[in-house]
Amino acid sequence: MITELGHFALVLAFLVAIVQAIVPLIGAARRWPGWMAVAEPAATTQFLLTAFSFGALTWAFVSSDFSLRLVVLNSHSAKPLIYKISGTWGNHEGSMLLWVLILTLFGAMAAWFGGNLPPTLRARVLAVQSAIAVAFFAFILFTSNPFLRLAVPPFDGQDLNPLLQDPGLAFHPPFLYLGYVGLSMAFSFAVAALIEGRVDAAWARWVRPWTLAAWIFLTIGIALGSWWAYYELGWGGFWFWDPVENASFMPWLFAAALLHSAIVVEKREALKSWTVLLAILAFGFSLIGTFIVRSGIITSVHAFANDPERGIFILMILAVFTGGALTLFAARAQALEAKGVFGMVSRESALVVNNILLAVSAMVVFVGTVWPVVAELAFDRKLSVGPPFFDMAFTPFVIALALILPVGAMLPWKRGNLRRTMLPLWPVLGLSVALGGLAYALRTGDSAAGPLGVLLGVWVLGGAMVDLWRRTGRGAGRMGRLTRLARADWGKAVAHGGLGITIFAICALVAWQEEDIRVAYPGEPFTVGRYDLILHDVTTERGPNYVAEVAEVHVFTNGRELTRLFPEKRNYPVARMPTTEAAIDYRVLRDLYVVVGDRQNDGGWTMRTYIKPFANWIWAGCLIMALGGALSLSDRRFRVAAGARKAPSAGVPAE
Amino acid sequence: MKGLRWICLVLSLAIALPAAAVQPDEVLEDPVLEGRAREISKGLRCLVCRNENIDESNADLARDLRLLVRERLLAGDSDTEVVDFVTDRYGEYVLLKPLTTGANWLLWAAGPLMFLLAAGTAVVFLRGRSRAETPVEAGLSTEERARLQAIMAQDDHTA
Repeated sequence: MITELGHFALVLAFLVAIVQAIVPLIGAARRWPGWMAVAEPAATTQFLLTAFSFGALTWAFVSSDFSLRLVVLNSHSAKPLIYKISGTWGNHEGSMLLWVLILTLFGAMAAWFGGNLPPTLRARVLAVQSAIAVAFFAFILFTSNPFLRLAVPPFDGQDLNPLLQDPGLAFHPPFLYLGYVGLSMAFSFAVAALIEGRVDAAWARWVRPWTLAAWIFLTIGIALGSWWAYYELGWGGFWFWDPVENASFMPWLFAAALLHSAIVVEKREALKSWTVLLAILAFGFSLIGTFIVRSGIITSVHAFANDPERGIFILMILAVFTGGALTLFAARAQALEAKGVFGMVSRESALVVNNILLAVSAMVVFVGTVWPVVAELAFDRKLSVGPPFFDMAFTPFVIALALILPVGAMLPWKRGNLRRTMLPLWPVLGLSVALGGLAYALRTGDSAAGPLGVLLGVWVLGGAMVDLWRRTGRGAGRMGRLTRLARADWGKAVAHGGLGITIFAICALVAWQEEDIRVAYPGEPFTVGRYDLILHDVTTERGPNYVAEVAEVHVFTNGRELTRLFPEKRNYPVARMPTTEAAIDYRVLRDLYVVVGDRQNDGGWTMRTYIKPFANWIWAGCLIMALGGALSLSDRRFRVAAGARKAPSAGVPAE
Repeated sequence: MKGLRWICLVLSLAIALPAAAVQPDEVLEDPVLEGRAREISKGLRCLVCRNENIDESNADLARDLRLLVRERLLAGDSDTEVVDFVTDRYGEYVLLKPLTTGANWLLWAAGPLMFLLAAGTAVVFLRGRSRAETPVEAGLSTEERARLQAIMAQDDHTA
């Protein structure tokens, strides 16, 4: 019964979305306040209906209702509760429902907090947002309905893919979707602004928090996925340039570019049409990502649904929205005249360079991702584009970005002077070159990535600190002023510092990792780097829905026992899949990563041991970036804008 | 984030129990030779997997390829000769780093070309911006004046 209600609520939400996509748009064109006002209650209703529908599906998973096809295919009664819940979105249909839930949530939030927007702009934003929702409701109802029943329900389900039964991955998709879908707000604002023919500082101030929020969620989502790959896949890789990873990385790069160009619109009323274009592209690439993942056109295992019908549907959504928005852009971009005047050397120019590097690097990722398809269709060549290509083609842009970042971040607006800006930065540059040289001298013969990583990391991190310090002005009381700086200043420095940390950590891990592969015999010690390891014993243990072989490994350093590690090899009988569970000793400066493999005929076990320097710093850097974004999001100017709308509502109309 | 691995696992499971990546018995005694083998392996694709190199793959075919690479190295082949040997048998699909021949130059040149194009456009734009006249702060347009009056009237009404 609940299932049917959930299905019905979804259909109702679809109908409400259609109304919300049309009526306010006409109202805004004709200046009919009543028609425009439809948008707000409609957005709230749409969200509540979708939330109910999603709740119904979650309930079916939690209560293991095996009359539902989706639950049978993706759940099992013996699965832990948390994975029953996360199983709701661990499949194509459920994840699309989560997608529209977030889409309608953003729409509703724009309605709730959009009181201080001009009424026509608000009506148009909500209408465009709802048009996107219409497309995705139709997609779910017509091609991917999660509420289909089975005529003969089986006794138990087929279990969720065991690799997905993991806390890191349980919450990875919701964060990614919050990011992808969050960019729909920037898109809706961009399209609404094009219809209005007006982009100004107030518009940018509205777009920026949404983009910032989306970017924060994307950052966390990508970091979670990468961290999961690191500990779950058994050899500690953290990024593979897989099409699905690229699908999330491209919107991230565009969102980062959009964040920066929106600052220029907000502060200087320049780069307007470019910012609008970026907003369209950022969401366009979210849609492309969805298309890549769902259509299976670029084969990757993440692809839940290798289904041409669904692929074509999403391709149509992509064509209509991106194509339509770009056409509108071509027709209306002229209306967005630029105002700000600035010199060649200025913060504005630096942000333009930032945008070029981010956008071009995103396009490089895009070209590399689709090239196998292009080559096969156009040139009849079956080829692969793998990590070596991306490493070579993408990395130079990151290096360039890191090199100009500290300088660009400190250049003054309008007109700057490179020599004066560099003055406080010379010591940082000297320090980073010295430390890079030291790293080179200590580890001669290793990959050049190490010293380069040290240089770039120290330069970016140190630059962010100097930037923050310079903002406190001169004379006494600088420490006090430091704490009173605007949150946006702190956010900028923290986010840039996080980037420096991540760049350093990736380089350090790539350059200085140590690896040992051997057959280990119980009781016989072996040495890896500074550590002595002994395989103590291997026992068989039983989990809720799996059987595991658990190895006990004792780790010594300088004769003292450091820790005991328990790497596992699991077998999930229902899903008929083995997984490896690496045991990791996390430390600040390095991870010790131990994996147990197969039993050998002579009684030994295959063991892999890795020493991974600064591994945690990669994700710590990502979280610091996200924290910087959050600090910036909580800046006073956004809060004041949100609070301002409360004032008029206090007054009672004197009728 | 690594989905492909499981298809690879499922595929390899269909053939035999999975053996995880490089096995101890595969490792060459000469560390220099082994290092070269690892580097080459990272550039070769596991053909039954989706997007995985043979160095990390658990599939049996990947193991065969790893052994083949080491065999050729022991026979005295140079790195390029080994890669060519494998490419001759399995086609360019096996190369994770695409060739630069034929239309592939477009793939390799895409980044630099797009960068030059974008940089050129930006320079023209920035020149224009730095030479543009500072716009004279015009007063309100008639449209804006009308809007202001409407807002004022509304305020009067609600007050």
